[in-house]
Amino acid sequence: MIEVENLTKFYGTLPALRQVSFTVDQGEIVGFLGPNGAGKTTALRILTCFMPPTSGTARVAGLDCQQRSLEVRAKIGYVPENVPLYMDMTTHRFLTFAAAAKRVPRSRQRKEIGRVMEVCDITSVADRIIGHLSRGYRQRIGISQALLNDPPILVLDEPTIGLDPTQIVEIRSLIKELGTERTIILSSHILPEVSQICQRILIINKGQIVATDTPANLTAQLQRNLRVHLEVEGPENEVLKNLSGMAGILDVKPTDGPNTYLIETRRGEDLRPELARTVVEHGWRLRELKLQDLSLEDIFMQLVTDEEPGEDEE
Amino acid sequence: MKGTFTVYRKELYRLFASPVFYVVAFIFLALVGYFFYASVAYYSLVSFQAGSEPFLAQQLNLTDMVLEPFFGSISIVLLLMVPLITMRLFAEEKKTGTAELLFTYPISDRGAVLGKFCAAISVLVLLLAGTLPAMILLEVLASPPWPTIIGGYLGLLLMSSAFVSLGLLASSLTENQIIAGALSFGALLLLWIIGWAESLASPILGSVFKYISLLTHFDNFAKGILDSRDVLYYLLFIILFLFSTLRILESRQWRG
Repeated sequence: MIEVENLTKFYGTLPALRQVSFTVDQGEIVGFLGPNGAGKTTALRILTCFMPPTSGTARVAGLDCQQRSLEVRAKIGYVPENVPLYMDMTTHRFLTFAAAAKRVPRSRQRKEIGRVMEVCDITSVADRIIGHLSRGYRQRIGISQALLNDPPILVLDEPTIGLDPTQIVEIRSLIKELGTERTIILSSHILPEVSQICQRILIINKGQIVATDTPANLTAQLQRNLRVHLEVEGPENEVLKNLSGMAGILDVKPTDGPNTYLIETRRGEDLRPELARTVVEHGWRLRELKLQDLSLEDIFMQLVTDEEPGEDEE
Repeated sequence: MKGTFTVYRKELYRLFASPVFYVVAFIFLALVGYFFYASVAYYSLVSFQAGSEPFLAQQLNLTDMVLEPFFGSISIVLLLMVPLITMRLFAEEKKTGTAELLFTYPISDRGAVLGKFCAAISVLVLLLAGTLPAMILLEVLASPPWPTIIGGYLGLLLMSSAFVSLGLLASSLTENQIIAGALSFGALLLLWIIGWAESLASPILGSVFKYISLLTHFDNFAKGILDSRDVLYYLLFIILFLFSTLRILESRQWRG
């Protein structure tokens, strides 16, 4: 559905994207994840034909974004970052403009506007002036205009930024719902959000894609050493000595809490049964034994920080 | 030209929804009304005096004493007011980010420029129509030469369209409305008075100055003279500035 090849974009001499390539299949929900200023918005703006790349090509449904811009635009519903809207228009008036702009035939406009207002639950504010509405409503209006004329692709730039927790949950479930029949690309710098909504994640940092996979695979792939959290009652010196002497254990460290230890074991080896046995054999009292998952947050930090030395060499 | 009418309707709605239009219209009509009253009052005063001076009476006519100053004063007020209407057209969209919506809808750049241009022209037509009661009043009091009046209004329409095209370019250059307003006002004023430099410059340069002046070409219209050169001048002016606006908008395609 979307094919991007060697996309590069410079703002003056500042590179925003460097040789970015990726594809998105029909019906996928893909998340762009990266710190602020990583190039997420730039990539989305190129896809939506707002600006052209310095070099490289972007194709949507087989159409080049530069050469057949108007046709591409007709296939995409786009909600820009911070949802710019005409603040002095009423919701209904704005959607009428958007529907006409998206070439919804006049006879169908009323029905189509009714439909998107229903989907986004904004029928109650149809006659209110957009500038007087809350951030949550504006976000919904932004999404509703993107849905006009039923585009096969939705592009959402930071769809939950600036919303309160309830609104975030609502918008996320709305996106999931919409994703059942559409291709969706969204960007975010919030990890749990992306891992909840998206089937695939593209991690982007400093204008380059540093990883791409499903949330589960990313976690599995990048988990280096297993970490086990252990809480045990017993003489600290002895515990430390005995445990670090075990095969497969790399490091044992006491942590902040009383009688708790963080144990690092080699990749792929689950030593929890052995640990439990050792503890029991010595007559200490076992309180807790738990595998610590490397969260997406940790993976993200690893990727984003690990890449740095490599970049300096360039 | 895809989307011209859509953008036109949206722009017109926003122009009428904002208080700017009403303030501009009020001040415009108040000033024009005052100028009309002043020239008619002066005309009637001179007419009384002419009753005892047959030579003076021969010189008197409505065109020279009422219509020409009337159209001249409208053109000055328009020079001041048009930048206020055009300055927001693109600058505001850029500032608030709605440009990102507008230019990702399947609307061509040409459609956007033309739609905004036509919307501003419509507002000006409405303003000019607001001055028509003065002409009707004149018809009641005297018998003014209607061809001259029609010519004058045609000139005003062409000239204000030229103002709008320049204002649109200024607005596309910046995201700051004040800068757009100042730019278009300054440029219009310069193009207005540049003809005065005629006598200071060399003969060739002087005639160029005179020719590119917005004022020179309006004088004929205000006298009721319809010259194809003047019409052509304004049309070329409009096309040049609309084209430049389009190029500026397209430049986002290659500027970093």
